Amino acid sequence: MSTPLLDVRNLSIGFGTADPVVRDVSFSVMPGETLALVGESGSGKTITCRSVLRILPDAARISGGEINFDCKGTQIDLLTLPERGMRRIRGNQIAMIFQEPMRSLSPLHRLGDQVSEVLRLHRDMPMREARRTVLETFERVGFPDPGRVWQSYPFEMSGGMRQRAMIAMAMVARPELLIADEPTTALDVTTQAQVLGLIKDLQKDTGMAVILVTHDLGVVANMAESVVVMNKGRVMERGPADVVLGAPAHGYTQKLFAAAPMIPEVAAPARAAPHDDLILDMRKVTKTYTMRAGGWSAPKVVTACHRVDLELQRGKTLAVVGESGSGKTTCARIALGAELPDRGSEVLFRAAADSKPLRVDAMSQSERVAFQRQAQMVFQDPYSSLSPRMRIQQALTEPMEIHNIGSRKDRREKAAEMLRWVGLDPSMLSRYPHAFSGGQRQRLSIARALTLDPVLLVCDEPTSALDVSVQEQILTLLEDIRDGMGLSYLFISHDLAVVARIADEVAVMRQGVVVEQAPPDTLFYNPRHPYTRALIAAQPEPDLNRPIDLSLVARGAGSPSTWPEAYRFEGVDAPALTELEPGHKVRCHV
Amino acid sequence: MKKLPDGRWIDEAPWSDDANLSALERSDMDAPNWVLVWRKFKRHKLGLISGIFLLLSYLMLPVAGFIAPYTPNERSADYLYAPPQSINLWHEGEFVGPFVYPTTATADLVNYRWTYETDTSRPMPLLFFCEGERYNLFGFIPSDTHLFCAPEGATVFLWGSDRLGRDVFSRILYGAQLSLTVGLIGITVSFALGIFFGSVAGYFGGRTDWAINRVIEILRSLPELPLWLALSAAVPSNWGPVAVFFIISIILGILDWPGLARAVRSKFLSLREEEYVRAAEMMGAKPGRVIRRHLLPNFMSHLIASATLSIPAMILGETALSFLGLGLRAPAVSWGVMLNDAQNLASIEIYPWTAIPMLPIIFVVLAFNFLGDGLRASLDPYKT
Repeated sequence: MSTPLLDVRNLSIGFGTADPVVRDVSFSVMPGETLALVGESGSGKTITCRSVLRILPDAARISGGEINFDCKGTQIDLLTLPERGMRRIRGNQIAMIFQEPMRSLSPLHRLGDQVSEVLRLHRDMPMREARRTVLETFERVGFPDPGRVWQSYPFEMSGGMRQRAMIAMAMVARPELLIADEPTTALDVTTQAQVLGLIKDLQKDTGMAVILVTHDLGVVANMAESVVVMNKGRVMERGPADVVLGAPAHGYTQKLFAAAPMIPEVAAPARAAPHDDLILDMRKVTKTYTMRAGGWSAPKVVTACHRVDLELQRGKTLAVVGESGSGKTTCARIALGAELPDRGSEVLFRAAADSKPLRVDAMSQSERVAFQRQAQMVFQDPYSSLSPRMRIQQALTEPMEIHNIGSRKDRREKAAEMLRWVGLDPSMLSRYPHAFSGGQRQRLSIARALTLDPVLLVCDEPTSALDVSVQEQILTLLEDIRDGMGLSYLFISHDLAVVARIADEVAVMRQGVVVEQAPPDTLFYNPRHPYTRALIAAQPEPDLNRPIDLSLVARGAGSPSTWPEAYRFEGVDAPALTELEPGHKVRCHV
Repeated sequence: MKKLPDGRWIDEAPWSDDANLSALERSDMDAPNWVLVWRKFKRHKLGLISGIFLLLSYLMLPVAGFIAPYTPNERSADYLYAPPQSINLWHEGEFVGPFVYPTTATADLVNYRWTYETDTSRPMPLLFFCEGERYNLFGFIPSDTHLFCAPEGATVFLWGSDRLGRDVFSRILYGAQLSLTVGLIGITVSFALGIFFGSVAGYFGGRTDWAINRVIEILRSLPELPLWLALSAAVPSNWGPVAVFFIISIILGILDWPGLARAVRSKFLSLREEEYVRAAEMMGAKPGRVIRRHLLPNFMSHLIASATLSIPAMILGETALSFLGLGLRAPAVSWGVMLNDAQNLASIEIYPWTAIPMLPIIFVVLAFNFLGDGLRASLDPYKT
């Protein structure tokens, strides 16, 4: 058996005198191998991988274990190596990619200078040669025009491009080990697929080993040869990927698997859903923002969404899916009257099947007050959606106070009832939100949205900030509440797999227009639009037999002007949404 | 860990998936904001010590007359420019208790200065809870009991006496009454104006924001000293010391609010983006309610910290004004007024203790800065 490149043995790390956050962790990485560290938040996976480079927070104490790195035949214990020696290893033999591409590049330096710094530090390379190497690396990571990238600043690039630049920076010194800490979590799913593909290609070329830290079993299945599953600082299960993913043995791994959202295999398309009792009817909704460029330049007009038609059947869930910048959140805000659409748009809301439709885009003050009781919103970030200064009770009774409903006692009882609805104990009322986990807080904000007995709930990515197992619970809760209280949901998400289980109808948005709309089963059975196909193909599945098809992703993920002839358009001059089969609309030239 | 035949390792410890949904995840965070802030602040030693020092200083203010052996304008005509005296306990190896040695002044007509001779043969014990000049306890209870005073025939000038033979130590205690409160009154005025204009600018934005910002910029561009000069010149000279004091502190407040308004405005803009504020708006809360219930409580602690950091500026402002003879005027006593007496370089050189009022100013200003720094560091107790 050959010697492993990196051998972590019985590593324990703690903060101060508290219980260790990483306990007795052991694993090893072979040269050229990809090892995935999988776990939910608080599992200690990031601390573990950071300890390899010794870039832990100041308060962290390594209380035991060793990390042996095979440096050209000699074993070095990275934990006892002096700081000088450590600096020679960082960036040179072990490189790291961080999660947040927006923050891990210096905004004041040109990308060329930042990337070539690695070579200047470690290789003592003359400028000319360094420049050549960097340009080659830029080309290798998929930049079409390396010369321009050398000249540009990070803020000129999109998230995916920045992550490519980060990868270039990590790769330029040809390290033997690359540590990627959630490298794709902040990216859109199609970009994620491409970045993962890139890391895989580079690995094939250079033969480096990769430690991939992730919470996503789908990413693991696509990338890793061996897997380490961590929970609460301890290794639950580790072994070759095909064994662990094929038949998880530990209860925790099984739980993660059960919770991982998947795009189902569909045997037949769904029948067209009826659209006869619409609770929300958005017609030709357009929203443009005028950016005042300031000074003498002409104001710039940005189109957030363009002639969007959405029809939400009472008691059903309409999901709007799209990547960042697709205009889905704007649609949600317009649906709630929080933002006014441009002229010519119409948003109709019918509180009950037989009531008079309300123009949400032209409400009077009293209509607005009544409307706010019937339509509520659940937010994305459970950590910022509850005021840290208010007890749970205050937060839950506030909507009723605003609308002057009931006495103090009634409100308190209602708040307690809402807590029971979302599966929490009424004894929580006197607590403060910061004592709770993300999942509990998301339940609390759902409870708050429900206190006014709304009929329409707009959920803006309610699960994307949560761990997968919690996401699963929240989705179940939302389904139960919808069916129990007869609510209708407008569900905004970037994740087709999440939508797959909760939605009755899905609208896929791209650059402000709906490109395809159908019930989920129809959509997954017969996706027509190249962008929908790219989204579906880019979804990492925790199944070794269904790897990401990068060619499908590449075909649909680009800008609309690169799509196949039948779907291509420029700007907002899109072809009409055409009903190809009952209930299945696609934006294409017919 | 146990190795399975297929090459994988598995943790053997029993594992169960029965999480209690209502269990507290961070029970240490389950407390009102001020408790969390206090927990964190306690660890900031410098801030804590400064806070205690300031608390004691302010608690001392109403009873300053009791602690001080003299009243502020009580003259000892035979002891002009007397040097600081020490309080001793042992006389010639024998314990006597707290006592002073009497001193006698002689005019040195060659060098034209006062010289003092200490008679170290006669220890004169201090008197405690003794009767002295009348003063008002808490500002309204007349009293003549002092904590300690000099025995008949001796003096107790802990920090010396000034050119009129007044006790510098007592005057510093009395001076604190004005010098320390001027900051509080000024900050109240500046707080009211700053919060009002800052939140109006931050919440309504647009033209209102633009106008308020321009006013702030204009106010900040005015040179401070000439402005103080002009404003104090407007105070009629026949007003009593207390009226002048109020006017001075209000002037300081009026000039200070732009900084606070800016802080409020920027905090406002960032808090408005928080989802709980958006949630409140979507529930139908009116702007007033959003500001009162959601925004203000969440940035009040930041405001308190920035107020703590701007009180020193007020104290220094009062000192500067009074030093220049534009602020408080005798017979009112403040640290600035005392320093005004020390303007003469020659007298500082010969009688250096007349510049002692600088020390409390330095200490108080430093303490406020440390306290403010400690507060600012502990304001966000929710992180980790």
